[in-house]
Amino acid sequence: MIPALEVRNLTTSFRTQNGWVKAVDNVGFEVMPGEVVGLVGESGSGKSVTLHSILRLVHAPGTVAGSVKWQGRDLLTMPERELRKVRGGEIAMIFQEPMTALNPVLPVGIQIEENLSAHTALDGRQRAARARELMDLVGIPEAARRLKDYPHQFSGGMRQRVMIAIALASGPKLLLADEPTTALDVTIQDQILKLILDLRDELQMGVVLVTHDLGVVAATCDRMAVMYAGRIVETGSVVDVFAEPHHAYTRGLLGSVPRGGAGRTLLLSIEGTPPGLASIPPGCSFNPRCTFATDICRKETPMLAEFAPGRLVACHHHREVAAAGSPVV
Amino acid sequence: MNAALSQTLIAAEEVSKEFHIPHGLWRRLTGQPRLAVHALNGVSFQINRGETLGIVGESGCGKSTLARCLVRLFDCDDGRVRFEGEDIADLKGADRRAFNRRVQMIFQDPYSSLNPRMRVREILGEALAVHKMRPRAQIPARIAELLDLVRLPSDAADKFPHEFSGGQRQRIGIARALAVEPDVLVADELVSALDVSVQAQVVNLLLQLQEQLNLTVVFVAHDLRLVRHISHRVAVMYLGKIVEIGPTEALFSAPRHPYTKALLDAAPELDPTKRTRTVAARGELPSPINLPKGCLFNTRCPHAFDRCFAERPLLSDRTPAHKAACHLTDFGAPSLQNLEAIS
Ligand SMILES: Nc1ncnc2c1ncn2[C@@H]1O[C@H](COP(=O)(O)OP(=O)(O)OP(=O)(O)O)[C@@H](O)[C@H]1O
Ligand SMILES: Nc1ncnc2c1ncn2[C@@H]1O[C@H](COP(=O)(O)OP(=O)(O)O)[C@@H](O)[C@H]1O
Ligand code: SF4
Ligand code: SF4
Ligand SMILES: [Mg+2]
Ligand SMILES: [Mg+2]
Repeated sequence: MIPALEVRNLTTSFRTQNGWVKAVDNVGFEVMPGEVVGLVGESGSGKSVTLHSILRLVHAPGTVAGSVKWQGRDLLTMPERELRKVRGGEIAMIFQEPMTALNPVLPVGIQIEENLSAHTALDGRQRAARARELMDLVGIPEAARRLKDYPHQFSGGMRQRVMIAIALASGPKLLLADEPTTALDVTIQDQILKLILDLRDELQMGVVLVTHDLGVVAATCDRMAVMYAGRIVETGSVVDVFAEPHHAYTRGLLGSVPRGGAGRTLLLSIEGTPPGLASIPPGCSFNPRCTFATDICRKETPMLAEFAPGRLVACHHHREVAAAGSPVV
Repeated sequence: MNAALSQTLIAAEEVSKEFHIPHGLWRRLTGQPRLAVHALNGVSFQINRGETLGIVGESGCGKSTLARCLVRLFDCDDGRVRFEGEDIADLKGADRRAFNRRVQMIFQDPYSSLNPRMRVREILGEALAVHKMRPRAQIPARIAELLDLVRLPSDAADKFPHEFSGGQRQRIGIARALAVEPDVLVADELVSALDVSVQAQVVNLLLQLQEQLNLTVVFVAHDLRLVRHISHRVAVMYLGKIVEIGPTEALFSAPRHPYTKALLDAAPELDPTKRTRTVAARGELPSPINLPKGCLFNTRCPHAFDRCFAERPLLSDRTPAHKAACHLTDFGAPSLQNLEAIS
């Protein structure tokens, strides 16, 4: 199968008081049609910047290098006019903060119809009907009446559904979802994640799901990529990575999440905190926090390399890490 | 359970709390009653000395309001909170000051609960001075001891809150609470704002301090995994009421209230081989302004029947230590589950 999306050597830099910093450093991954890829990492690891870079939503003085292949074309170099058709059309995005992405002074029905008129050939009547269908599809009760409501009249969970309805209006082939459930309660999170999976099945749409919650990854994603300090440090199928993490950071993250049955015992925590972008340590950026680190880790940056089919890791001592066992099995 | 553990330290008795909504002109002119958010609707439970009671529930169910009532940052509208048997609303003078010292609250937001213009030395020094914990000459040594206790480097004393990471700031909050040598810590979403790897550090610290200092802890959080990990007993809240309370493992392995079950089912499993595609709970929380009649969960409960719409279920014993508020007293009963498995 040919990947729907192919990201290669994506590097995004920002100018700050401390000079240029790389928020995303040489990131690469692909998404197959109908596949859900989880992009995991702690806050500041570069997840949102990665998504924004893919859709060229990073503004000057930020710079984006690398390539993002979408159906044979590079999103990073295509003319702005063509890009606008893809963005919000074939590729839809749900943002971390629904309120900032919705227009507060327009009824949600109009916002859905706007997207329909930008990306479909439907006439006015058809658009109104389709808007109602979409609200139904995302599980908003009394859809027809609520089309006239403004964003602030919806609860957090409902607003997130409205965002999804707008995103889906164009019938996208790829959905980029940035922490779509982080601000929501678990019962609503569960509803939204299962909705995204149902829509994936129905539309054969690829999904990149950004999250910091490993439970969400375990419950929804097919493959995962773990980010640390702007780089991808490990990728593989979710089942494989959980069963046998090969990067010390992945292993530490899995161990930091409390599991049932081990009540009131100490968690396998990671000492220290993630580095700031202006002070990323030389060698492996995780080395000051890593219990497996040796001299080479402080000198040489490990490259992301395939060690088994579909499994990549950037760690000098990944065999030792794997041998130490998964904290979640 | 030993004798020290089973001794009641704090008791909430039918605690209720409302927040009035500004009375709009139109409602006033048309003679309609004032609206109120019913944040707590008769909450009762006990906390034993040395134990950790976890309080879970979804956003807006009243967890923070309850925590504030326990430390008397809010007065209850109805009912009372007892500390060592005494109604805390009646405490005066020295007794009130002793209560304020012995029961400490740590807040949800590590960024806003520390004065940004004070150095850590001043933050801790102030706490020590207010309750006259140490003679002036011993204060610097005590500050060093406290920083060591929460595993911060000693040079932290001369820094300002903004010079620390979120996890470190939360440790400063813990050090400030511990400065006055309390018996009880009420921690409201202590680690919710922190990254996963840093959460684990703070949770480990809390577990160790509790053993070391024999603290009683009320751990308020919406994260079920965390609460399960840290608590001896857990109370589940829904719309300002406790719907279930019991020993942690009993409650998590065999929930006796349909809402608890839905909440547990909705939390994603950490095991990717145990996936389900069924939605755990339909619908959303009703408004706390117009509470449903009868059982508060009846708008979402898949098991609701006639009685649930007429009569509000009371919290009653399932086992001597495990209570639930549901008309289906057999719901989730382990014996019944076995029967179903056999038939
Ligand atoms: N000062 C206030 N004025 C008006 N309403 C309030 C006030 N404080 C809380 N409420 C309301 O009381 C209810 C309970 O709020 P509370 O903060 O206790 O919830 P919580 O369970 O802590 O939620 P979260 O998980 O979001 O922290 C909510 O409906 C809330 O909007
Ligand atoms: N416009 C910007 N200018 C400078 N730094 C930025 C900008 N946007 C993001 N960053 C930095 O890039 C890093 C990654 O951010 P982000 O992708 O938002 O992280 P997350 O993984 O939490 O989504 C952070 O250190 C953030 O502060
Ligand atoms: S490369 Fe070295 S420091 Fe980095 S994760 Fe592997 S063992 Fe640890
Ligand atoms: S009392 Fe009725 S509505 Fe309430 S939880 Fe029990 S079965 Fe459901
Ligand atoms: Mg982000
Ligand atoms: Mg709260």
